[in-house]
Amino acid sequence: MDAQSITTKERLAIPRQEMLSQNPEVRSHNFQEVNLGYTKELAQQEALRCLQCKDPACIKGCPVNIKIDQFIKLIAHGDFSGAARKIKEDNVLPAVCGRVCPQEDQCEKMCILTKKYTSVAIGNLERFAADYERETGQVELPQVARATGKKVAVIGSGPAGLSCANDLVQLGHAVTVFEALHELGGVLMYGIPQFRLPKEIVQAEIEGMKTLGVNFVTNAVAGRSITVDELLKEEEFDAVFIGVGAGLPWFMGIPGENLLGVYSANEFLTRVNLMKSYQFPDNDTPVFNCTGKNVAVFGGGNTAMDAVRTARRLGAEHAYIVYRRSEAEMPARIEEVHHAREEGIEFLMLMNPLEFIGNEAQWLTGAKCLRMELGEPDDSGRRRPVPIKDSEFILPIDMAVISIGNGSNPLIKQTTPDIEVSKRDTIVVDINTMATSKDKVYAGGDIVTGGATVILAMGAGRTAAAAIHEKLMGEQKH
Amino acid sequence: MHKIVSAIFLAENIKKIEIEAPRIAKKRKAGQFVMIRVSETGERIPLTIAGSDPEKGTITIIVQGMGKSTRELNSKEAGESIHDIVGPLGAPSHIEKFGTAVSIGGGLGAAIAYPTAVALKEAGNYVITINGARSKELVILEEEMRAVSDEAYITTDDGSYGFHGFVTQKLQALIDSGRAIDYVLAIGPIPMMRAIAEVTRPYHIKTIVSLNPIMVDGTGMCGGCRVTVDNQIKFACVDGPEFDAHQVDFKNLSDRNKMYLPQERQAVETLTHRCNLQKQL
Repeated sequence: MDAQSITTKERLAIPRQEMLSQNPEVRSHNFQEVNLGYTKELAQQEALRCLQCKDPACIKGCPVNIKIDQFIKLIAHGDFSGAARKIKEDNVLPAVCGRVCPQEDQCEKMCILTKKYTSVAIGNLERFAADYERETGQVELPQVARATGKKVAVIGSGPAGLSCANDLVQLGHAVTVFEALHELGGVLMYGIPQFRLPKEIVQAEIEGMKTLGVNFVTNAVAGRSITVDELLKEEEFDAVFIGVGAGLPWFMGIPGENLLGVYSANEFLTRVNLMKSYQFPDNDTPVFNCTGKNVAVFGGGNTAMDAVRTARRLGAEHAYIVYRRSEAEMPARIEEVHHAREEGIEFLMLMNPLEFIGNEAQWLTGAKCLRMELGEPDDSGRRRPVPIKDSEFILPIDMAVISIGNGSNPLIKQTTPDIEVSKRDTIVVDINTMATSKDKVYAGGDIVTGGATVILAMGAGRTAAAAIHEKLMGEQKH
Repeated sequence: MHKIVSAIFLAENIKKIEIEAPRIAKKRKAGQFVMIRVSETGERIPLTIAGSDPEKGTITIIVQGMGKSTRELNSKEAGESIHDIVGPLGAPSHIEKFGTAVSIGGGLGAAIAYPTAVALKEAGNYVITINGARSKELVILEEEMRAVSDEAYITTDDGSYGFHGFVTQKLQALIDSGRAIDYVLAIGPIPMMRAIAEVTRPYHIKTIVSLNPIMVDGTGMCGGCRVTVDNQIKFACVDGPEFDAHQVDFKNLSDRNKMYLPQERQAVETLTHRCNLQKQL
């Protein structure tokens, strides 16, 4: 079928094309990427399923409003690099978002096909176009506007900071990104595992931004190495964007959380992803030796799935997800749950930990849990888990990962008290501009919303970049 | 990359290293630390800043070769470089005019107690320092300590120099002699800090310790450095590293610091093996 003459009926007859992926038996023992992506043929086939709606609803479902219909049309016509460029008009990290966005809750949810058929695989197509462009070396850098003479500091090199920096540099501003860690990319590097988002892809995107002229400074902790006020006054930046991400992990507040073998998801994933402890002793950072051990991850979000699948790859014999509600209430993406199950992850639902138990040497040996049942809906609209009387039992485990979310980074608040924060210590902003209560200071991403998604953080970075640009250019006219 | 300006051994296995780090040199305050990654494949380790020269743009750290990373660091000479340094991290020491302040450093702890002793002196305190080591050869920073002290004591476990005994015994002796002590800072191995806390507890003397849990990022993200203080979880990298000694659960800290002993042993063995091979070549 060719893209010129295909009829709607023919389009509807094509089934949704699935990506190739590594065999679950094999991949549960390695850290290579699970999904292998589309071939050109599969991508074109999938692209032909798009009905090219006059008023595409999918675009409204995308937090950065990618021109989805247009890029899919380019793929259908075989112009893969053109498709990648079209996406990049709105999204600076398509290879990343094609992999980690919850498309089923965004663009694909709005696809007209969703009601009677299955939606176009927009995420897979986005990933394909970005990978094709990168792998064939056809990355075309966008035009950079004439230098404005304005300087903007971006704090944090995660999704929010990168998208903000990318827009600002293209608009002609001098942009410096300050990163606390020794590697650039924030949560894309320390949080999301290699098998879901290869780090080489993140680094390739960042290299592109360096070529555009973004200046990156690693090992600079906002609030410690440098404060917001110093950036504005001493280093004479005209505006500052804060995208420092989430802060310290929450614990459950139950006895035994400081036993040896109990991790926060942040620590466990940082050791494995950023510090590459899965390659110990070639890399110096150690992590608990999971080989043949029982590991339980407490929580039901995407981070919990990342942690449990990581433990499995490190050799865990039993790798459990322990969640106090039922599977239907789990916030993790369906694809991640599906992949986890294929890899042999065991889901222990409606179970609530009461206490961690250890041996003489204070090593974890088990978790005392209580079985739950679903009661009436709570404030979140999800049915509230209610304990079943006398259902306590001990789950024998050697390692635990607590993955129930994060608080806010305390350093900005401590060192820049004139930025208004909420009761949860997130930064308060005007959602139209991402401006904070402090003049010239903007913020976006998890430090504003609390734990959310990569794409929402990127959307916030873009909104802030537009507002900063308008403000700085307005100043120039006067 | 950060260039090493000078590197000299102060005692066997204890090296004083001065490194270029202009931003940190300008900002750091007593009690703060840096995270160091020696090489591309290295781990991130926290080290307290022993001093700085803002004009020269350098900071000084004092390192005892224990695990693989600290041994690698100790093998570095002037002119070589360190891959990453980030800081200054942690909350600075709380400094005020307490009156009579005793700064106690056990072993390498003297390196950490020293900058705070300087700050206490500058704030107008009557400063007593107790500098303890196993034996005479392991005493570090004796002259520096003496220079900032109104009274300076050395203790050695084997009696080869100064007072024969532990730092706790010297402190107890000062208390017993009727000296009014308003503030104690104790830095050293966990058993020493715990013992100091027990010496001062009955007298309600404000006592501060600097804790050294295992850290990964050190910037308030991973939660690995959690310690139990007053029965609550605190994070040494942002809430500390200094805490009220009378409220710290030292047992838990000591246990948690043993989490990677087998891996540490393995890493050191690999390193020693490699060094031996290199010697033979």
